[in-house]
Amino acid sequence: MRVRYGKATAAFAIVSALSLAGCSSGESTSATQDTNSCKPSSGPVELSFTTWVPGMDKVVDLWNKDHPDIKVKVQTGPNGNSGTYQNFFNQLQAGNAPDLGQIEYDALPNFRVQDGLENLAACEGVADAKDKFVDWTWGQVTFGEDKSVYAIPQDSGPMAMFYRADLFKEAGIKVPTTWDEYAAAAEQIKARGSYITNFPRGDVNWFAGNVWQAGGQWFSNANDKWEVNLTGKESEKVANYWQKLLDKGQVSTLPSFSDEWNASFNKGQQWTWVSAVWGASTLASGAPDTAGKWAVAPMPQWEAGGKAAGNWGGSSTAVLKGSKHPYEASKFALWLNTDPEALALANKLGGLYPAAKSAKDLGAFSGGVDYFGGQKIYEVFAEASSNVNPDFTWGPTMTKTYTDVSDGFGKATGGNGTLLDALKNGQQKTIEALKSQSIPVKE
Amino acid sequence: MSRGAAMLIMGVFTLYFLTPIWWLLVSSSKTGGDITGTAPLWFTADSIPTFFANLGNLFTYSDGVFGRWLANSALYAGLGALVGTVIAAMCGYALAKYEFRGREAIFNVVLSGVLVPATALALPLFLIFSQVKLTNTLWAVFLPSLVSPFGVYLARIYAAASVPTELLEAARLDGSSEARTFFTVSTRLMAPALVTIFLFQFVAIWNNFFLPLIMLRDQALFPVTLGLYAWNSQISQIPELRVLVIVGALVSILPLIATFLGLQRFWSSGLGAGSVK
Repeated sequence: MRVRYGKATAAFAIVSALSLAGCSSGESTSATQDTNSCKPSSGPVELSFTTWVPGMDKVVDLWNKDHPDIKVKVQTGPNGNSGTYQNFFNQLQAGNAPDLGQIEYDALPNFRVQDGLENLAACEGVADAKDKFVDWTWGQVTFGEDKSVYAIPQDSGPMAMFYRADLFKEAGIKVPTTWDEYAAAAEQIKARGSYITNFPRGDVNWFAGNVWQAGGQWFSNANDKWEVNLTGKESEKVANYWQKLLDKGQVSTLPSFSDEWNASFNKGQQWTWVSAVWGASTLASGAPDTAGKWAVAPMPQWEAGGKAAGNWGGSSTAVLKGSKHPYEASKFALWLNTDPEALALANKLGGLYPAAKSAKDLGAFSGGVDYFGGQKIYEVFAEASSNVNPDFTWGPTMTKTYTDVSDGFGKATGGNGTLLDALKNGQQKTIEALKSQSIPVKE
Repeated sequence: MSRGAAMLIMGVFTLYFLTPIWWLLVSSSKTGGDITGTAPLWFTADSIPTFFANLGNLFTYSDGVFGRWLANSALYAGLGALVGTVIAAMCGYALAKYEFRGREAIFNVVLSGVLVPATALALPLFLIFSQVKLTNTLWAVFLPSLVSPFGVYLARIYAAASVPTELLEAARLDGSSEARTFFTVSTRLMAPALVTIFLFQFVAIWNNFFLPLIMLRDQALFPVTLGLYAWNSQISQIPELRVLVIVGALVSILPLIATFLGLQRFWSSGLGAGSVK
C-alpha cells in the first residue's frame, strides 16, 4: 500500500500498527497448534513474569540464584481485575505479553476462550505434576480436558467459618455446624444487638463459593458449548437462605473490607465470618482488638454430618500465548508452586496459601496461631481444601457476570428485589455477553 | 445577595472541598486499627509520633519504592509540562502570528483534540508503542504527555492578543531572527499564558493514571498515582497497606499544592492583567 499524502502518514501508522498486531497474534496461534511440542531453548533465556503478589520478587530471587540460564524478571501491577488482566489482553493483541502471568482461577476460562494461554501438557514434568496439587485446583487449570494443562495452580482459598469463640461461649449459644443452626443462632445474636455476619453484596465470588459448597455449578462446557446456570436449584437454595436473613435484618450489609466493615468486626458486632483461608490475616489486621478471641470451624453444612467446603479465590501461574520459551517457563512455574522454600517465602511475604498438597508439611502451616487462641487453624483449612468439589467451572466472562450480579445484590440489600432476581438477571446478561463475544452458548 | 449570605455560601463550599483533605491529614496520623476505631475527623493522643512512623514506613516499605515513584512523577510532570509548554507555545504562536495556507484547518484539528479524552487514545497508543518496542519504558509515558491541544489553543489566543505585530516587525528590521524574536521577546509577553499552560499540564500529567496503567509493567517506572493504586488493590491481601496508601496520598498531593502556590503569583496577575485598561 502506498500513501500519497504526508498528512495521511499518522493515520497509516495507526492502521498498520493494528493490522500488524492482528497478524502477529494470528501467526503465533497457528505455530503452536502445528507443533504442540515443548522443547528446551538453546542457550540462556530470560523470562518475564507479571504478578501482583507482594514479595514475589524475593521468591524469584531464590530461583535466579540457582538458575543462571533461566533468568526470571518480575513485573508488577494492580490486582487482576483492577487492570492487570486487561493489560494482558492488550499485550496479547500487540504480541508482547509476558512469558508468565498470575491469573486467578475464575479468570482462566476467559483467557482460554480468547486463546491467550499456552498448552503446557507436552512440557516435561507438567502432566506428572498432577498429584502434587489439590485435586480441585488441577481441575481448574485443565478445564477437565485431556492432554491440556493451561496453567500451574498457585494458591487456593478453601473456606471455613471464623467465629468469636468467647461470645458464643458467654451467650451459651452452640457454635453452628449446619446452616439451619446458623440461622437459629443469627436470631439469638440479633436479639443481643449484634449480627451473626455481614452479607458481602459486592463479593459475588464469595456467594459462588457458597453455591460451590452446596454442590451447584454455574457454568459447564460440553461439546464446545457453554451452559450457564446461575439459577439452578442449589443457587436458589443459597439465595433464598441469605434472603431470609436479610429480610429479618439478622445480617449487616456493609461494603466488605471497608473501614466500617473492619470496625464492626473490631467492636465485636460480627460473630462469624464464613471466609477463605486468607481471611485470617484480614481479620488479624482489621480487628486487632479481638485478638485471641477467634476460632475456626468448618463451614456450616446443608446436611448434618456433611463435610462439603467451598472455595473463595486462588490463582495460577499461566504461560501466556506467544511465549518463546514455554519449556523454561513451565519449569519455573512448577518450581514456584511446589518448591518448599518458595512456598514458605510466598506465604510469609504474600500471604499465599499454596495449592500444592505439600502445604500441610510446611512449618508455617503446622503451628498454632495466637490470634485464634493458639488453635492450629490451618488443619481446618487443609481438611476443607480436600473437601472442595473438584468439578466446579468458571465462565469465560466472569468479570461481567460479577458486575451484573453484584448490581442486583446491591439492590436486593437495599430492599429492592431479591438475591434470586439478581441471579436471574445475571443469568440473562451473561448469556448476552457470551453471545456478543461469539462464544457458543447452549440455551 | 447580602455580603453575609455570600460568605456563608463560600464557607460551606470551602468546608465541602477541604473536609476530604482534612480527613486525609487526620487519618495519616493514625495506626491501622485507629483509622476504623477512632473519630474520623479528629486526632488521637499520639498523632504526631504515629504520623512520623507512618511516614517512615511509607518511604522504607518495599525497599523505598515510594520515593522512586515520587521522583518518577516529578520527572514525568515537571519535564513533561516544561517541554509540553514550549511546544504548545511555539505552535500557538505560529498559528497566531504567521499567515500560511491551511492555518485554520490545522488549528481546528488541534482544537478538536481537546474533545478527545486521553483515555480513548491510550489503547491505540499502546498498540503503536508495542510495534516500536517503547512500551514499559519511560518514553511511553513521557512522549504522550508532551501533547497539549488546550495549551496550543490558549497560546494562540494569548499570543494574538498580547504580542503586537508591530513589535515583531520592529524586531525583524533590527535583524533579529524569527526564533530569537520568539524566545527573547514573545515568550516574555506570553508569560502569564505559559505559566497557565505549564500548571495545567503539570496537574494533568501528575494525575494521569490510565496511560501509565496501560503502558508500564516495571514498578520502578511507576508514577505515584499508579503505585498507590496498585497498593490499594492489594489491601485485602496486605491490610497494612491501607495506612501507607493514605499517607502516600497525602504526600502525593503536596507537590501539586506547592506548584500551585509557587506559580499563583504569575497566574492570577496574568489572567487579570489589562482587564480594566
